[in-house]
Amino acid sequence: MMESESQSLRDSSAPMGVGEASLEELVGYLREKRPELRERWAARISQANLLGVMSEDEIFSEVTAVYDNYVDALETGSVETLQAYARDLSDRIIRRGVETHEVLGIVLLLRDVLARELFVRYQSDPDQLGRVLDIYEPAANRVAVTVGVSFVEQRERIIREQQAAIRELSTPVLQVRDRLLILPIIGGLDSQRARQLTQQLLSAIRESRARMVVIDITGVGMIDLTVANHLVQTVEAARLMGARAIITGLSSEVAQTLVDLGVDLSMMQTVGDLQGGLEEAERLLGYTVIRVEDRSGASER
Amino acid sequence: MSVAILKQGDHLIASIQSALRDHEVLELRDELADRVGRLRARGIVIDVTALDVIDSFVARSLRTIALTAKLRGAETVIVGIQPEVAVAMVQFRLNLEPLHTALDLEEGLELLTSLTEQPPLRP
Repeated sequence: MMESESQSLRDSSAPMGVGEASLEELVGYLREKRPELRERWAARISQANLLGVMSEDEIFSEVTAVYDNYVDALETGSVETLQAYARDLSDRIIRRGVETHEVLGIVLLLRDVLARELFVRYQSDPDQLGRVLDIYEPAANRVAVTVGVSFVEQRERIIREQQAAIRELSTPVLQVRDRLLILPIIGGLDSQRARQLTQQLLSAIRESRARMVVIDITGVGMIDLTVANHLVQTVEAARLMGARAIITGLSSEVAQTLVDLGVDLSMMQTVGDLQGGLEEAERLLGYTVIRVEDRSGASER
Repeated sequence: MSVAILKQGDHLIASIQSALRDHEVLELRDELADRVGRLRARGIVIDVTALDVIDSFVARSLRTIALTAKLRGAETVIVGIQPEVAVAMVQFRLNLEPLHTALDLEEGLELLTSLTEQPPLRP
């Protein structure tokens, strides 16, 4: 499938000279039949239950625009305008939950609608039909590939943006007291995120002149050797900058994994939960927290 | 040598101004060991803020300085390791154990004071 498609793509430039006249005729014909074919295509889309999230009117106006762009691309052989339009369209429909199979399905439907029309028109003249299809097929395939690829690329771009946003959001370094930071880690840790996290933490230590850092990993489900080593390195790097780190919230699975992996944890101070970690850090910084009601009792002692 | 060694009370402050050649590191080591005894210093702060790189030789020398000074009765604190330098050192396993480290000069002096503070004799 892939092979035959790329084959026809490569051939797209070859028969151009032979069939200039045919191409002109083809494009002229498609323009002439525009209202009818557009209608038929829209009907096929609704029949196939594609684009469920869009209304009939919306589908029809997009169909018109795509149809015109499609015929233009057939005529000029240049897909740039179509590509730009496809990107813009993808951007709009991805956010509404349109799936890849729908987009591909729609473009292939248009190809089928047009191809069938050509068969009907030239059925009495197989030679002419052959020549028209020689021009039509590679160009149509190229257009289909362009639209599909634009959609997927656009989708990947959005996914990348969202990943970056999640990464930014999920590693805040928070100051809870003077000289005391907490770093709640939520979600999976990969090497890249661990590195980024170390950098964020170290610059936060420098900015806020922190002496203690509580790193809470309650939200980390699993941990592997690389990540464990990153964690140890983060703690050591913090120490080199004069800050002590306490790790809290190791789940039993994580603790088990760390022991099984034989990670050297002699450097790391760990406390069961975030509350315990904060209390320990406060104690080391010389803070005592006393309930207001108990204060009179405490001072009497 | 591009290291200024200042005396501040009981403490010596060695402020490294630029990247050091190997022989300068050795000079610093000898100079500090000498002065600790001569000036009866109780603590040393080595400020490495200006260093963009701390390689294994410098790291080992810092360790040697600290251990030597300890034998002569002084604690050593390394201050001003930059975040990027810290990350690089950890990756190369230069963790400076068992040295004391602090964020900057001020913190370092504070830490030294607490390290060298002698508890008052109780009757």
